[in-house]
Amino acid sequence: MIDRTATRLLVATFLMMLMGNLARASDATTISGAGATFPYPVYSKWADTYAKEKHIKLNYQAIGSGGGIKQITEGTVDFGASDAPLKPEELDKAGLIQFPVVMGGVVPVINIAGIKAGELKLAPDVLADIFMGKVKKWNDPRLGHDNPGLKLPDAAVTVVHRSDGSGTTWIFTNYLSKVSLEWLKAVGNDKSVAWPTGVGGKGNQGVASYVQRINGAIGYVESAYAIQNHMAHAKLKNHDGNFVDPTDDSVQAAAKGADWTHAHGFYMVLTDQPGAASWPITGASFVLVHRQQKDAETGRAVLRFFDWGYRNGGAAAKELGYIPMPTGVVDQVEKTWEKEVRDSGGQKLWPERKPAGK
Amino acid sequence: MSSAGAATQARENEPPESFGPSSAGARSLSPGDRFFRRLTQGFAILVLLSVVGILVTLLSGSWPALKTFGLGFLASKEWNPVTGQFGALAPLYGTVITSVIALLVGVPVSFGIALVITELAPRWLKRPIGVAVELLAAIPSIIYGMWGLFVFAPVFAAHLQPWLTEHVGSWPILGLLFEGPPMGIGMLTAGLILAIMIIPFMAAVMRDVFETVPASLRESAYALGCTTWEVVWRVILPYTRVGVIGGIMLGLGRALGETMAVTFVIGNAHDIHLSLFMAGNTISSTLANEFTEAVTPLYTSSLLALGLVLFVLTLIVLVAARLLLMKMRAREGERT
Repeated sequence: MIDRTATRLLVATFLMMLMGNLARASDATTISGAGATFPYPVYSKWADTYAKEKHIKLNYQAIGSGGGIKQITEGTVDFGASDAPLKPEELDKAGLIQFPVVMGGVVPVINIAGIKAGELKLAPDVLADIFMGKVKKWNDPRLGHDNPGLKLPDAAVTVVHRSDGSGTTWIFTNYLSKVSLEWLKAVGNDKSVAWPTGVGGKGNQGVASYVQRINGAIGYVESAYAIQNHMAHAKLKNHDGNFVDPTDDSVQAAAKGADWTHAHGFYMVLTDQPGAASWPITGASFVLVHRQQKDAETGRAVLRFFDWGYRNGGAAAKELGYIPMPTGVVDQVEKTWEKEVRDSGGQKLWPERKPAGK
Repeated sequence: MSSAGAATQARENEPPESFGPSSAGARSLSPGDRFFRRLTQGFAILVLLSVVGILVTLLSGSWPALKTFGLGFLASKEWNPVTGQFGALAPLYGTVITSVIALLVGVPVSFGIALVITELAPRWLKRPIGVAVELLAAIPSIIYGMWGLFVFAPVFAAHLQPWLTEHVGSWPILGLLFEGPPMGIGMLTAGLILAIMIIPFMAAVMRDVFETVPASLRESAYALGCTTWEVVWRVILPYTRVGVIGGIMLGLGRALGETMAVTFVIGNAHDIHLSLFMAGNTISSTLANEFTEAVTPLYTSSLLALGLVLFVLTLIVLVAARLLLMKMRAREGERT
């Protein structure tokens, strides 16, 4: 029995290796990218349409932001993708530029008996203390303060966080670090942190299923995911002191207030942004490309793809629960391409010119 | 690696034969035979080479972490990517505890299954049970994980966990193992899912070795008036001890290294709790969770060091099993 299983495994492995090799035998009509899982649905949707229109295929591997950064630094892919922006000095060191492509919110989701979506209101310090493990019961008086009239049960609070390293965690802990000094000092801001309490689920799916299964649970997932799965969210108090729901408008409002012009290397974190309607836990997903492109044609193909996405992909992105970048930001991004991206001969790759007579 | 080692061990009921006939040099071999011999030797050496290769890779990869944390890496339960403090204690603890639970539950059940198939079941039932066991062994681990999370965990949380808390929770010492809110996920769930996953492997090996017992031995025991239990306990088990232990090692090897199913149901928290209801972590689930986003060299290196710890743990288990078997053989020799 074991022999038979082993043989089957071997055959399967060989087949997979064979297929992998075939897929990698690429030509100029394929561009490859790797990185964050968060924008994967929208990139693959764009790639699908793009392949039909322009006959250029995109091979995107959603291996996580960390892996994406590693692969683009080593030059094994044409572009990398990360949910957390790289610092300008990190970009300089690796010879990369980054630009934001789509945005999304991170949403606290709850499973408390008798509480429906949007009924629970959370102030930033209370949210931080819940994730610190200091608010242990849902009928804690601090919750009652913001939720008069809401009957909160005497149930234990179970925190659910991501167990895998994730850009979503980066955005969420970035927000908590901004609103709670204690969080900043004790836990900090990263793609995975030493959580003071709670259980970890793998991926948005893992967090969602844990939250749905544990009575009294609170977790955080990407807004696209929360909407598609009809999860009960909590309202958050934003920078201006208003309680807001995570919607397209509130996420976009957070981006509007942001000052992209002065963000060097597009290092911009959209958490806790001012604005009456701003959703406080908002983040952008970034793409990384080399400043100096070894293969000008492939480099141009990558820029062309994202230019197409900015201009024609908005509706598809919205349908999937993402927020497209405002046009002002897109213009700045393309100006950066023009200023920074060069081929090996030092020639500009963008804006596209008709091939000169040579 | 470990399971392969255990598998060969399981089949070693007869004394191992030497590598090749020593008199082969005297006999003249045809070129084809010689080629075949070289080829198979090459394959065997390939196994050794890959084990050494893995060890070297793990050692060199985990060197920065080992240099930074020293032996304290094994003793610290700190795991903080933000401050760059890493220790293996929590995942190591989780790995050992879940595997022990899996063995405690899995070994008696597999033994029972093998017993039914070889000794008790009527002839027409043996085949269906045997096929069912083999089918279970062929199910990919992720399916067990999803089943554990979506089907088993809710039932476990709604019925078994409250029952355990109510009835066992008040006992001294043992009660501490069953404290906490019934979440349905955690160390105990992970251990039970692992048990379900390794039962088919262990049962299949045990059945195979039970069937090697010569009918004459069995029949003579029955003729002497032994009950079925006495035949199993006094004749079959002593005869097949090596194979049975090999089967258990095969199961343990799988339990120690199992990744996806555990990741689904263990709760993935870098923490050590006495209560089996609480979330924990194993080495392989930590690796699966964190490898993609481990950016700093020390982080990656610490994960590789975890891999090294698992490698050494598996090695210790295998060596311990070998020693146990050698001791048993020696005792056997004294007695006769």
